[in-house]
Amino acid sequence: MADLAVRHVTVNFGGNLALDGVDLEAAGGQVTGLIGPNGAGKTTLFNVITGLIPADAGTVSLDGTTLDGLNPTKRARRGLARTFQRLELFSLLSVRENILVAADIRRGWTRDKEDPDAVTEEILDRVGLADVAAERVDSLPTGRCRLVELGRSLACRPGVLLLDEPASGQNETETARFGPLLRELAAEGMAVVLVEHDVHLVMAVCDRVHVLDFGRIIAVGTPSEIQTDPAVVSAYLGTEAGAK
Amino acid sequence: MDKFLTFTIVGLAISAIYAVIASGLVLTYTTTGIFNFAHGAAGMLAAFAYWQLRFDWGWPTPVALIIVLFVLAPLFGALLERVIMRGLGGTSETTKLVVSISLLLGLIGLAQIIWKPGVSRPYSTFFAGSPPLHLGPTTITWHQIITIGVAIGVAGGLRFLLYSTRIGIAMRAAVDDQPLTLLNGARPHRVSMFAWSIGTSLAALGGILIAPLVPLDAATLSLLIVSAYAAAIFGRLRSLPMVFVGAIVVGCTEAYLAGYLPQNQYLPGLRLASPAILLFLVLMAMPQQRLKSRTRSREFFPMPSRAGAIGFALAVAAFGIVLATTLSRPDLLVYGKIFSIGIIALSLVPLVGFAGQVSLAQLSFAGIGAIVMAHLGTNGNPLALVYAALITGAIGAIIALPALRLSGIYLALGTAAFAIALDRWIFTMPKFSVFGWFDVDLFQQGSVSVDPLNLFGYRFDTAARQMVLMSITFALGSLLVVAIRRGRLGRRLLAMKDSEAACATLGLNLLETKVLVFSLSAAMAGVGGALLGTQLSSISPQNFDLVNGLSIFALTVVGGIGAAGGALFGSISLNGVLPVLGALIPSLTTYLVILPGLAGISLGRNPSGVVHELRAAFLPIVEVRPALVATIGSLGAIYALRMVDVIDNWPFVILSVAVPIVAVVAASFAQREPTALVPDEVPMEWRGLIEPWSPEDGRALDRALGISEGQLHG
Repeated sequence: MADLAVRHVTVNFGGNLALDGVDLEAAGGQVTGLIGPNGAGKTTLFNVITGLIPADAGTVSLDGTTLDGLNPTKRARRGLARTFQRLELFSLLSVRENILVAADIRRGWTRDKEDPDAVTEEILDRVGLADVAAERVDSLPTGRCRLVELGRSLACRPGVLLLDEPASGQNETETARFGPLLRELAAEGMAVVLVEHDVHLVMAVCDRVHVLDFGRIIAVGTPSEIQTDPAVVSAYLGTEAGAK
Repeated sequence: MDKFLTFTIVGLAISAIYAVIASGLVLTYTTTGIFNFAHGAAGMLAAFAYWQLRFDWGWPTPVALIIVLFVLAPLFGALLERVIMRGLGGTSETTKLVVSISLLLGLIGLAQIIWKPGVSRPYSTFFAGSPPLHLGPTTITWHQIITIGVAIGVAGGLRFLLYSTRIGIAMRAAVDDQPLTLLNGARPHRVSMFAWSIGTSLAALGGILIAPLVPLDAATLSLLIVSAYAAAIFGRLRSLPMVFVGAIVVGCTEAYLAGYLPQNQYLPGLRLASPAILLFLVLMAMPQQRLKSRTRSREFFPMPSRAGAIGFALAVAAFGIVLATTLSRPDLLVYGKIFSIGIIALSLVPLVGFAGQVSLAQLSFAGIGAIVMAHLGTNGNPLALVYAALITGAIGAIIALPALRLSGIYLALGTAAFAIALDRWIFTMPKFSVFGWFDVDLFQQGSVSVDPLNLFGYRFDTAARQMVLMSITFALGSLLVVAIRRGRLGRRLLAMKDSEAACATLGLNLLETKVLVFSLSAAMAGVGGALLGTQLSSISPQNFDLVNGLSIFALTVVGGIGAAGGALFGSISLNGVLPVLGALIPSLTTYLVILPGLAGISLGRNPSGVVHELRAAFLPIVEVRPALVATIGSLGAIYALRMVDVIDNWPFVILSVAVPIVAVVAASFAQREPTALVPDEVPMEWRGLIEPWSPEDGRALDRALGISEGQLHG
C-alpha cells in the first residue's frame, strides 16, 4: 500500500499560475480521478509529482516521506510510475523491448531478483499486447500505444501509478477492458491516479475524484458528489450560476 | 596601465570581429534552426575572394568590398539555403550537424583547390600606410578603428532591420513559431533565404576583417571563429545584445591572456586553445536544459540478427586477408588505414547511433590511445592496448559529465572544443613531470615513434600482418557493437535517445548510463588509435586533429551511424575509395578533397545511411541459398586466380565487384519467378486487356460477381 500526498503545490510559468496551491491525496488500493478542462494543469501536476519540473512551492510526499528535491530517477525508484499524455514511447524498440527495458532497469537497482523476461511476458499478457509483442511501437494505433506505456510503467512495479489520459485513442472494446484492469491494479494495493476526459470511465472506476480548473482544485468527492457539484458544472459548462 | 589600455584596444577590436561573425550565425540559426558549422568557412572563402580581387588582381578596395560583401556572399548564402538547408526539415540534429560539418569540409577543400596552400599571400590591413592615432598613452590603428566602427554599425543595422522593417519582423516571428507565420501569410522560405544572405555577408565581413591578422590558411581561418561561436552561445543563440556582450568578454579575455600570461614554455598552446576553452566554459554556464522528451526523426536502424553479424564479421576478416595478400607494400601503406580508422569510426556507433550523444572528439581519443601505445608499448607490449583502453575510457568518462548538461548541438560544440584544446595545447606541450613521479612527453613536440605490436612473440611488423590484425580487430569490434545493440545496454541507449524524460521516470540513472557509453566509446577509439599508431610507426598531432575527425564523423553518418557497416563504409570511403579514384584518374586528385563534403551534404535525402540501402539491395543474395553459395564460390575462385597470378589486381577488383552485382540480379530474378503472372492470376480488371478474352474469363467474372448461370439465362 502506498499513499501519495500533494500539499499546496504551486507552479508559476513566467507570471502564469499553472498550479495554485493544489492539494491531492491518492490512497493505495484506490483509483483517484483527476479531471478538469484542457489547460487546467493536470499534466503539470504529474510533471511536478514525478520531478520533471520543480514546484515553486508546496511538497509531494509518499507514505509520509517527502520527495522534494529528489530527481525523477530517484522518485521512480521510490515507487512512482507514470504514462504520458503526449506519448513518450521508445520508437526504435519493439513493444516487448519497451516493457523489457523498464523491467531491466528495475532489475538493475532493486534487490528483488525477478527475471525481466518473465515480468515482460506476464505484463504483455495482462495488458493484452502479446499478439503485437514483436512489432515496432510506431506501427501501432494510439490506443494500443497507450497500453504499451501502461505496461512499461507496470514493469517498474510501482506503488503509485499516474495515468495521463490512458484511454484517449482507445476504441470502445479497449476501454471496456481497461476499466476492470484499473480496478484490478488498485485491488493489488497500488494508488492509481487517473487523468481522463472519458467521463463515463472516470465515474465507473474512481473511488474519489478531484476537479482541477485554472490551476486550482475546485471540488473533491465521490463520483456522484462531483457530478452534482455546481462549481464543477460551471467549470465544464461555463454557467454563471456556479462562478466562484 | 599603458599595457592594459593597449591590450584592451586589441581586445575590443577582436571582439568587434567576433560580434559581427556571431550575429550572422545567430541570425541564420534563429530563423532556420540550423547551427551552421560552416559559417566560419563562408567567412574564410570571402576572405580569399577579397584577397583575389583586391591584392592579386589589384582592384580598388571599395569595388572589391562591394563585390564580395553585397554580391558574392549574399548569393552564396541564398544558394546554401535553397539547395542544402531547406531539405533538412524533419531530420535529426545529428543529420543537420553532419550536413553543416560536411559543408565546412567541402568549403575548406574548395578553397584549397582554388588557392593552393603553402603559397604566401600578403594581406594588408585597411589604411595600413596611415600612422596610428594617439589615444592618451597608447595608440589605435585605423584598422582597429574601422573594425570597431563596423561592429557598431552592424549592431545598429540589425536593430533597425529586426524592429523596423517588415521582413525583420517576419524573421522574428519565424523564430517564435514558423508554422504560425506561414498561416499568417508570411513566406518563411523567403525569410530564411534572406536571413542566410545577411548571415553569410556578416561572416564575409568578419572574415575580411580578421584575415590580415592571421595567416591566410583555409582550415585555420575556418576554425578561428570558435571564439565567435563562444560569443553566440553566450547570447544563447537568440539574443543579439548578449551576443555582443559575449564577444567583448571573449575578445578581451583572449587579449589579456596574450598580454599577461607569463612567458612559459607550457603556455603558448593555452593561448591558442583559449577560444576553445572559453567556448567550453560558456557552454558549462548554460542553464540546465530540461530532460529531453520524445523527438520524432526519420532515421531508422533495424536490429541486426546474430547470423548477419557473424557473417559480416567473417566477411570483414576475409576482406582484410584478401587485401593483405593481394596488395603491394606501397599500396598496403595507402589502404592500411581502412580498418584501424574503421575501429575509430566504429566507436561512434554506440555513442552517436544508439545513444544519440554527439561526439566530435573521437579522433582525439584515438590520439590519446596512440600516445599511450607509443610510450607504454615499447617493443610492442600488448598490455599497452589495455592501458590505452583504460586511460581513454577514463578520460571519456570525464567528458561525459558535461554531457549530462548538454545535448545536441551544444554537446557537439563542447566535444569539438575539447578536441581543439588537445590539438592546440595539450598535444603540443613539451615534456612535463607529473608530481615528480614520472615524466610525460606526449608527442615530443613533433612526432613520436610507435613500435609494432608483439603478440606472444609474433611481431606485427609488416603492413600485411597489420592489415590482417586490424581487420580481425574490426570484426571483433563489430560483434561487440551488435552484442551491445541486442542486449540490455543497447535497449537502454536507444530508449535514452528517444526520450530521456521517460527513461528517468522509469528509474534509469542517466548520468551513469551516459558515463558508461562515453567511456566505452572512448576506449574503443583509444584502442583504434593505438593500433593506428603501430601502423603509422611515427605519429604526430596532425594525424589526430579535429578536421580529420570531422571527415570520419561525417562519412560514418553518411554510411549509417546505427550499424557497424556504416563505420566500415565511412572508413572505406575515406581510406579506400578516395585513393582508388586518385590512382585511376590522377588529374582528379586535387578535386577529391571536396568529395567527403559532397557526400555529407547529400545526407538530407537518406538519413538512415547508405548501408541501410545497400543491405536491402543485396538481401536477395542471402535469401536465395544457391546465389549465396555461387557468390562465395566465385569470389573464392577469383581470389585463387589472383593468388596464382593468372589475373592482375585491376581485373581482380573489377571481377570482385561484378560478381555480387550479377548474383543479386540473378537472385532477384529467381525470387520473382514463382510470383510471375500465370493466366489464372491475371487480376479481373485486366482480363481481356493484357490477353485475349476467353469464355472462361466470362465465367470467372460471373463467379466473382456472385452471379449464377441460372440467374443470367433463366
